[in-house]
Amino acid sequence: MPSSSDSAVDQQPLTKLPAAPWSRQLSLASAPAYAAALESACLSIGALVVALVLFGIFVAVGGHDPLAVYGALYLGAFGTRFSIEGALTQASPIILTALCTAVPARVGLLVIGGEGALVLGGLCAVLCATASAGAPGWIGALVALLGGTCAGAAWIGAVGALKQWRGVNETISSLLLNYIAIALFNHLISGPIRDFSQTLKATSWPVPPAFGIGSIPGWSVHWGLVIGIGLCIVLFVVLRYTTLGFSMDILGGNRRAAQVAGLPIGRLLIVACLIGGGAAGLAGAIEVLAVHGAASESLIVGFGYTGILVAFLARQNPLAVIPVALLVGGISASGGLLQRRFDMPDATTQVLEGLIFICVLASSAFAGRIRWLAR
Amino acid sequence: MTASGIGWYGVALAIIGGALRVSTPYLFVSLGEVLTEKSGRVNLGLEGILLMGAMTGFAVGSLSGSPWLGVLAAGGAGALLGLLHAGICNLPRVNDIAVGIALFLFGMGLAFYLGKPFIAPRAAMLPALQLGAWSNEPAVRAALEISPLFLIGIALAIALRWGLANTRWGLVLRMAGESADAARALGYSVNAIRTLATMCGGFLGGIGGAFLSLYYPGNWNEGLSSGQGLMAIALVIFARWNPLRCLWASLLFGGASALGPALQTVGVTSGYYLYSAAPYVLTLALLVYSSSTRHTLAGAPSELSISR
Repeated sequence: MPSSSDSAVDQQPLTKLPAAPWSRQLSLASAPAYAAALESACLSIGALVVALVLFGIFVAVGGHDPLAVYGALYLGAFGTRFSIEGALTQASPIILTALCTAVPARVGLLVIGGEGALVLGGLCAVLCATASAGAPGWIGALVALLGGTCAGAAWIGAVGALKQWRGVNETISSLLLNYIAIALFNHLISGPIRDFSQTLKATSWPVPPAFGIGSIPGWSVHWGLVIGIGLCIVLFVVLRYTTLGFSMDILGGNRRAAQVAGLPIGRLLIVACLIGGGAAGLAGAIEVLAVHGAASESLIVGFGYTGILVAFLARQNPLAVIPVALLVGGISASGGLLQRRFDMPDATTQVLEGLIFICVLASSAFAGRIRWLAR
Repeated sequence: MTASGIGWYGVALAIIGGALRVSTPYLFVSLGEVLTEKSGRVNLGLEGILLMGAMTGFAVGSLSGSPWLGVLAAGGAGALLGLLHAGICNLPRVNDIAVGIALFLFGMGLAFYLGKPFIAPRAAMLPALQLGAWSNEPAVRAALEISPLFLIGIALAIALRWGLANTRWGLVLRMAGESADAARALGYSVNAIRTLATMCGGFLGGIGGAFLSLYYPGNWNEGLSSGQGLMAIALVIFARWNPLRCLWASLLFGGASALGPALQTVGVTSGYYLYSAAPYVLTLALLVYSSSTRHTLAGAPSELSISR
């Protein structure tokens, strides 16, 4: 086409104008949907491998044989039936606390309040179980689980509400709420609801034994794991195949686009926080009903913070949370074996988890650069 | 306890003493965080840096016998972790808040791992200045026994306030935090500025940790920090990114965390844990009060991810 004046360009038919960019856009959009999933899986696995190599160098510097340590890690995590059961029991609360970060992340919020929601969920489960003492077992358990879920949902829901109505940064408010929840928890279990027959450490009133959550038949793993996995699958389907999930993804991708499309932004933010907080609260309730039988400081062991790691490693995908939580749960569970066999400090697995987290975040710099995977 | 002898007057004295004693780590981490955030980045990993600083300071202090060498080494360890944070944040599309959480977990694990052999021994402690020597009342003397690090912190707060406002370095740092494009247009490397600021912030955070292990409480164990590093970010918001206000905020937070133990000495024991949550409630209330959906927080650097 010969070069012409501006008015001549204006009169060009629209279909001819931006041919090149549009066709590129189309080819990207028509690329298989699993390309992105494949890419994030590759990035996560690559980050994991790099972290393991760095960890190997780290233990080698400390004078241990890295291969033997890897072997012990595997053995302690997944090597025997006993260790698999340990890994699954560890993974159960982590799956749920990971959702507390993963679901709000879909609408673009970075919530790190899983620890506080878990602690309050456990506390509320004790209160609900005590209030419904005398009821049939399954009703009491259900009330306690629901109570824990509601407490967690309200706690993180408040984070979303503060974000929407007051513009309070959600990361900072959820961090502060962690400390407030733990203080509230410690206050109640060391005074108002303390079981004074337990002298070793401050423990709340016990949950009636009839309300306890039992084990899966044939395994020494409690039913909480099944609840967590089920919730992950449900959330995956909801986030992927419903209008609600689609709206959340739009909001998370581009807030202005969501505004223009007329989506109820405030409601979406708060619903995402309610779901996430509810999951973490449920984790606390399950821990109380299935493992501890009462609320004590054994509930505050950092499941909330490990959940953040799992959510990032799973790239905020509820379905990917399940295997990642199993992996991280296995690493946590193998700490004891490392300690016994190599006389390593119990913080060894924490170092590995920290390394994994750092590598995963660094790997997000390479997102979109390995598109050849899709072809 | 001595305070019970002089009643409620003693409670006030214990709070003042507690504020003077407990506020130093708050002061150092908040000054470090101010420096980092003024350059446009948030370092949420100061808790990990604090713990690494505490461990390194204690280890070097007990191996070399010189607590001041320990303080220096703690700062160095903090600066290295700051470099790690900055190095990852310099990569494209990396969320600095998430990196901070990772650094928090990593620094904590590393400190507990490397610090395991040092849990038993006691290191040479930092000396204390007896500002209360004029008084005959032991409670007064105990309250006014302060660390030289506290005085260094005060001097540093004043110096930072002046330096950020009046020096070329301060201007460049603030420019990187207010408008990265402007800094780039003038030929400065924004990443280099932020890396340097995060390292200096880490250095100060490490010194804050050394105070914990070498002065008060003055030992090394895994429950040493009660979240002072995580509070840094709240303190900085509280102080509205002003180093001098960080000093007042640290004293206030120190006093608030001394409230529970002080009341315990006169027999008020019931709400111990609730009082310990006072700083967090205070910060949250302030955040809710001063935030708005229409404008960012007053004084916040505009490149900051938490103010966008």
